[in-house]
Amino acid sequence: MTQTKPELLKTIVDALATIAPEVSDFDLDPDVPLREQIELDSMDHLHFLVALHQRLGVDIPESEYAGMRRLTDLVEYIAARSQANNPS
Amino acid sequence: MIELPLPSLGPDMTSGKLLEWRIAPGQKIRKGDVIAVVDTEKAAIDVESWHDGEVIELLAEPGAEIAVGMPIVRLADHGETPVAARPAATSATPPEPARRAPPVEAPASKAANLGETGGATTFARASPAARRRAQALDIDLAQLRGSGPGGAIQLQDVERAAAPKSGAAKAVTSDRADRHEGMRRSIALAMARSKREIPHYYLWDEIDVTTAMQWLQSSNEKRPVTSRLLPAALLLAAVARAAAEFPDMNGSWEHDAFQPSSAVHLGVAIALRGGGLIAPALRDAHKLGLDELMRNLSDLVRRARAGGLRSSEISGQTLTVTNLGDEGSAGLLGVIYPPQVALVGIGRIGPRPAVEAGALVARERVTISLAADHRVSDGRRGAQFLARIASRLQQPESL
Repeated sequence: MTQTKPELLKTIVDALATIAPEVSDFDLDPDVPLREQIELDSMDHLHFLVALHQRLGVDIPESEYAGMRRLTDLVEYIAARSQANNPS
Repeated sequence: MIELPLPSLGPDMTSGKLLEWRIAPGQKIRKGDVIAVVDTEKAAIDVESWHDGEVIELLAEPGAEIAVGMPIVRLADHGETPVAARPAATSATPPEPARRAPPVEAPASKAANLGETGGATTFARASPAARRRAQALDIDLAQLRGSGPGGAIQLQDVERAAAPKSGAAKAVTSDRADRHEGMRRSIALAMARSKREIPHYYLWDEIDVTTAMQWLQSSNEKRPVTSRLLPAALLLAAVARAAAEFPDMNGSWEHDAFQPSSAVHLGVAIALRGGGLIAPALRDAHKLGLDELMRNLSDLVRRARAGGLRSSEISGQTLTVTNLGDEGSAGLLGVIYPPQVALVGIGRIGPRPAVEAGALVARERVTISLAADHRVSDGRRGAQFLARIASRLQQPESL
């Protein structure tokens, strides 16, 4: 079933919390780059993308990483992919 | 009969606190099986057995502070008839008190309880902070659901379970402060010893990694996210391969002499969330192909942060690498972890000006440094080692 954008945001933050548990302690601003808000090194980032892949089945190519700095970017990207896969 | 002592889990470790047993009397174990979780100043470590055998007796209670070298388990060797654990109070020949791990209260009854499970108990995976907190609050980790990587129980999960208990929040703050203080103390001891005892020399080179980064990008385009490689995998592989050819950079200084190592157990400095760092070993790194090295590195980082490092990973490093990553500084001059004799420091990879055929061009470059022990090697040898790392990085497909 396709998730709404608020649902997607929650799923993404839940996935992030498995890598960076401190995100449960404060509200992330979806419009501010993630790495300006929490410590996220390249291994954390990769683990985060694997967690998204496991939860949402989305595989974000490396070439798209630069445009995925904010939670908003991720929500929009995944929603668009989901829309393309389920046009109805 | 074999007695397994508490191993040293770091060069300056004198004792550790037993957090929990992972074995029970009557259980058959093999070399490499995790027998206990022991808290050190840096982290809770899964201590492995270095013998096969059948558990006769557990010699300490969870919560006990145990000196390094003190026996903690009695095993019957293969072919030996195990003798049942004797209740301490009725034993005809009680164990010598000095050889038992203090304090040991009612070992027989605890051992009997563990024995009833037949060794089939399942154990919860938990972060070091969560494990300490759960123990402080007498919360059974097996009853909690973990929200961390691979279902690992995090501090927040324990806090949630502990919420109704009064004073929980205050105690959590105190536990974090203790952990932070222990971590700083442990780092200070090792680094002060290094600066006091090791005559360091330093070298560095700016190395062109354009070809390596292009190869990596092209390789990752064909890979699903679950098997992508990070630049760190290439860099560590290059260092490990070079170290295997330079024994004077790979080993330890012990008893006033250098002990070279034939294997490269690469210490990888991993920053922990909330501060501090730990440098567990990527064992036999020189033998690992890139995919296997990446998988092992990913697993090592995950366990360093979520809990579950093993005793074989926390000791025996032969050379350490500090990789600052894509948001780090341009370069560093490191401090060698005693008793090792060298440390490789890797700065941020990025586009830098370079001269190529007389023209100024932008190339992907990285500053790689070497801090090495002058008792073992000289600058010329160190320079050759750095040059070998650089040449390895020019052929990423062969790493």
